[in-house]
Amino acid sequence: MKNKIAFRSKSSNTVLLATACVLFAAPLFAQAPVKPVVPVTPVAAKKPVVKAAPTKAEAAAKLAAAAAYDAQLTATAQAVMRASFKERGQVKLDRLDQDGTQELCSKYAERGAEPGYKFTDGKFIEAANLKTLIYPPDGLFLGDWKEGEKIAQLGVGKQFSDDPTKPSGGNCYACHQLDPKEISYGNLGPSLYQYGKLRGNTQAIQKYTYGKIYNSNAYSACSNMPRFGHSGILTAEQIKHVTALLLDPESPVNAK
Amino acid sequence: MIKRIVTSVLVTVLFSTASIAQNNNQGGDSTIAGIEKYRQALADANPAELWEARGEEMWKQPAGPKNASFEKCDLGLGAGVVKGVYAILPKYFADTDKVQDLESRLVTCMGELQGIAAADATKVVFGSSGVKTDMEALVAYVAGESRNLPIKVSLAHPKEKMAYEVGKKMFFYRGGTHDFGCVTCHGADNSRIRLQDLPNLSKKEPAQRAYSTWPAYRVSQGEVRSFQWRLFDCFRQQRFPQLAFGSEGSVALTMFLAYNANGGALNAPAIKR
Repeated sequence: MKNKIAFRSKSSNTVLLATACVLFAAPLFAQAPVKPVVPVTPVAAKKPVVKAAPTKAEAAAKLAAAAAYDAQLTATAQAVMRASFKERGQVKLDRLDQDGTQELCSKYAERGAEPGYKFTDGKFIEAANLKTLIYPPDGLFLGDWKEGEKIAQLGVGKQFSDDPTKPSGGNCYACHQLDPKEISYGNLGPSLYQYGKLRGNTQAIQKYTYGKIYNSNAYSACSNMPRFGHSGILTAEQIKHVTALLLDPESPVNAK
Repeated sequence: MIKRIVTSVLVTVLFSTASIAQNNNQGGDSTIAGIEKYRQALADANPAELWEARGEEMWKQPAGPKNASFEKCDLGLGAGVVKGVYAILPKYFADTDKVQDLESRLVTCMGELQGIAAADATKVVFGSSGVKTDMEALVAYVAGESRNLPIKVSLAHPKEKMAYEVGKKMFFYRGGTHDFGCVTCHGADNSRIRLQDLPNLSKKEPAQRAYSTWPAYRVSQGEVRSFQWRLFDCFRQQRFPQLAFGSEGSVALTMFLAYNANGGALNAPAIKR
């Protein structure tokens, strides 16, 4: 897995991590908070006695200090986590090492709801993840939708309680509606019922769908959806099966 | 017996909701209503009482190499005080110079008062069929003694504040093979995994509802589960390594979640599916 993941910061060195955080954090912090627009009165009103607005340099210094503090806090949290988790079964401590996408998306998750916060790394994340897409060598995107349904139902894989010699599932129903006969589905992702019927089964749609399952962040930065191919959860063959579940006209997903 | 009854209730409720949900592709609302009915049916008889009673007995009974009870154990409101302590934990303790939650503090008392080494005290902390743990009984008893009290966790001490800040970072920390963090499932309103609803723990009201009902008797497991177990099993599903029992990180995350739930009335041990 380690070698396959491009855009993964290798360093587990705290100092390096902290530095990286500052580098990443600086542009994020520079965006927020957005200054409220002060309405301009046409009449030159009496000047209220106010404290002088901070100069650009002062404001920048304040933002830099906040970014440095945040980076330090992140480094502290990472050190605490390293000391608080134990390797077990197939899960080693390197699961705690973030790649660039995870690092930026954690910041976005933490700060995204703040008023005035603007997330500006979406395009960068999508471009970086788009580069990771690897399509099947035979050029075919559709497998067997019946196999895809099994993969969509299966929730195991990559947990320390799972058998690493058995294939992982996609657990699609945890978050999506697919076959309408399955009523136990989650709603963290959109309903995919009629996915193929609505979009058609063209080569372009097949390629996009395969790519989206392979690496969701190529098309949707900081998606909640795992990067199934990129992170080595599902094989190319498995992704083809799930693509078929979504697009095959015979699939119950597309049944009327 | 109780387990069999509630299982049959579950089956009945799920079947009756299945027919409704099938007529409705977006199914959510009626299914959720059915699950809510199931929860109300459960609340009538909570087997956690058995754990609470066993925990109370253990609290008073001398044990360990030093043959001491817990009655001199300081959980935050003075030696031997049980009433109300769960509402103020985690908190900073000067004797250990650490922020501790209920579970890690109990381990301290076992060591200091009873002479039980931490490694032994934490060897088996999660029960399984045929194995009942001391930890889960004690946790059930102590938490039960704060029933109906408002959660009132303080960040006055710098280490308490730091625990909160570290816990907050952990909550939003996405990683592992699946890019999951706590926030993936617990960062938005009205979310479900399959049919299990997920509290939005970044918001006060749902955080209060969730935190105030742990520890809890889990029907599906036939066990009372501690908050440490709740975090342990979330991280397992998150594809993270194993969260060490009572570790600094586990207490920090508990602090973040408990503080967010401040003001909510404790109703633990509750009963959950």
